[in-house]
Amino acid sequence: MADKVLMKGNEVIGEAAVLAGCRYYFGYPITPQSEIPAYLSRRLPEVEGVFLQAESEVAAINMVYGAASAGARVMTSSSSPGVSLKQEGLSYIAGAELPCVVVNVVRGGPGLGNISPAQSDYWQATRGGGHGDYRTLVLAPNSVQEIADMTIAAFELADRFRNPVLLLVDGILGQMMEPVQLPAPLSYDLNQKPWALGNPNRKGGRNLCSTIFLDVEQLEEHNWHLYQKYQVVTDEFAKGAYQHLAVETHAVDDAEIILVGYGIISRILKTVVEKARKRGIKAGLVRPKTLWPFPSQVLADLAARTKQFLVVEMSCGQMVEDVKLAVNGRKPVFFFGRTGGTVPSDFEILNEVDKLVRPD
Amino acid sequence: MTMEQVFARPKCMTKTPFHYCPGCDHGVVHRLIGESLDELELGDKTIGVAPVGCSVFAFDYFTFDFNQAAHGRAPAVATGIKRVRPDHIVFTYQGDGDLAAIGTAEIIHAANRGEKITVIFINNAIYGMTGGQMAPTTLVGMKTATSPYGRDAQLCGNPIKMAEMLATLEAPVYVTRVSVNTPANLMKAKKALKNAFRLQKEGKGFTFVEVVCICPTNWGKTPNDAHKWLAEKMLPVFPLGTYKDVLGVDKG
Repeated sequence: MADKVLMKGNEVIGEAAVLAGCRYYFGYPITPQSEIPAYLSRRLPEVEGVFLQAESEVAAINMVYGAASAGARVMTSSSSPGVSLKQEGLSYIAGAELPCVVVNVVRGGPGLGNISPAQSDYWQATRGGGHGDYRTLVLAPNSVQEIADMTIAAFELADRFRNPVLLLVDGILGQMMEPVQLPAPLSYDLNQKPWALGNPNRKGGRNLCSTIFLDVEQLEEHNWHLYQKYQVVTDEFAKGAYQHLAVETHAVDDAEIILVGYGIISRILKTVVEKARKRGIKAGLVRPKTLWPFPSQVLADLAARTKQFLVVEMSCGQMVEDVKLAVNGRKPVFFFGRTGGTVPSDFEILNEVDKLVRPD
Repeated sequence: MTMEQVFARPKCMTKTPFHYCPGCDHGVVHRLIGESLDELELGDKTIGVAPVGCSVFAFDYFTFDFNQAAHGRAPAVATGIKRVRPDHIVFTYQGDGDLAAIGTAEIIHAANRGEKITVIFINNAIYGMTGGQMAPTTLVGMKTATSPYGRDAQLCGNPIKMAEMLATLEAPVYVTRVSVNTPANLMKAKKALKNAFRLQKEGKGFTFVEVVCICPTNWGKTPNDAHKWLAEKMLPVFPLGTYKDVLGVDKG
């Protein structure tokens, strides 16, 4: 076991990508993720990898499209406005069924917004973001250690399902320093994907990477094929194949009110649960670690036992819709949010809990 | 007495019939690419990148691996492929809307980085697949679906000259403009393509071959009239010739 080291979240994304066998990174500077390209511009040449600062986020994601089609483990990263620019490429990558990892260190929006941490890209991340019927897996760590573990998991999931995987990190986690135990490096062979362009280890014939199906029946068939793949992803998560990545629950067994939050908010909510319980309020926490597929079943099961839910986000309320879908009207679902780059304090969330539990 | 075969389909091309309009130059340029790669024995070590436009299905006509890129992004996609597979010839095949409008940033920066790829640029002064709209290369006064009164330079600028622009950059090793409008020009075009692929094989740097082509369908002309129009109207604006040849391959 390696010793723990003190590292910044963004730099850990870079190092964990290298440990996962990623040797190609294409990106464009934007705050608050700029430490990722800065780190990889030093690190990738040490392992004979390629770091390339692209002329735009659009170019960067299309370089990822090219590199992924040629069989590489490849990553790009950006922050909210830059991730909007990557949506064109993400749609192509999903449509062509190529694996890659895309990091969004989320900042306040819409538009240029600001560079402070936010969670207002949830819809863009979990609903596709680009055009067409497609899905991307979305992982949402809440610590620097989890950033390391989930970055590696993202590459493995991307290859497993031949699909883009998003790492949704808010600006706090990207900028925060914490002790981290870096995982052991994975070996990756450029020629292990028989479908990759230029791969000599193919199964005969030529390899083609394309997303055009002019024949409507062919495109419909392709879309249902993608849909069935997304069903497999959802089923495998629902059956617990990725339990360590899917969801964390805390003090839910006797909870009368269940707080729901992801990313950095979940750490604040843990404090809220402790403080609420000291006040005699039976509060619990559900933390989705994977945002798509969403851990709906866990929330559905708890809906039978608890009295109400409070979803807390650094947005005007996005994930709350998924919680409502999971709870499906069985119990009330309330929302509390701060947005624009502000972070709610445990105190103000506790006040909300108080108001809900003791309405008068 | 046995007959000697003097003309055949290039080995790296499929038997799929071209979907292009009658008289279109795409088929001719495709064939020149196929012949060049065969003669350089690179047909099984090549990866093509198809654009968005009439040649979106270019991959149907070649036997080697292909990626079909988003509109304008082929040089970025080719960059990603070439960085992963440096032992392969990687080329893009792009039209004027693709390369000189929506993909301007991608082509200029791929050229400026000196990506070791070959870009084949089909300039026919019009958008083909979408139905004959004004392109960045449309001539002043030329009527198209979106310039019904003729291109007005005051409103839409003048035709953009990509070969001349790219030749101002340090990194490209070979930038040339050819046409396939006459047998002599066709032979020069093939030589240019072979030069470009050979330079890439030798790892010399970025190579760019612009081919001034006709679009009879969207120009509303017969193929013969279109070739006449190309010679009279297009070539004065887009003069044929080599704009950058760092290693002197045109002379060799």
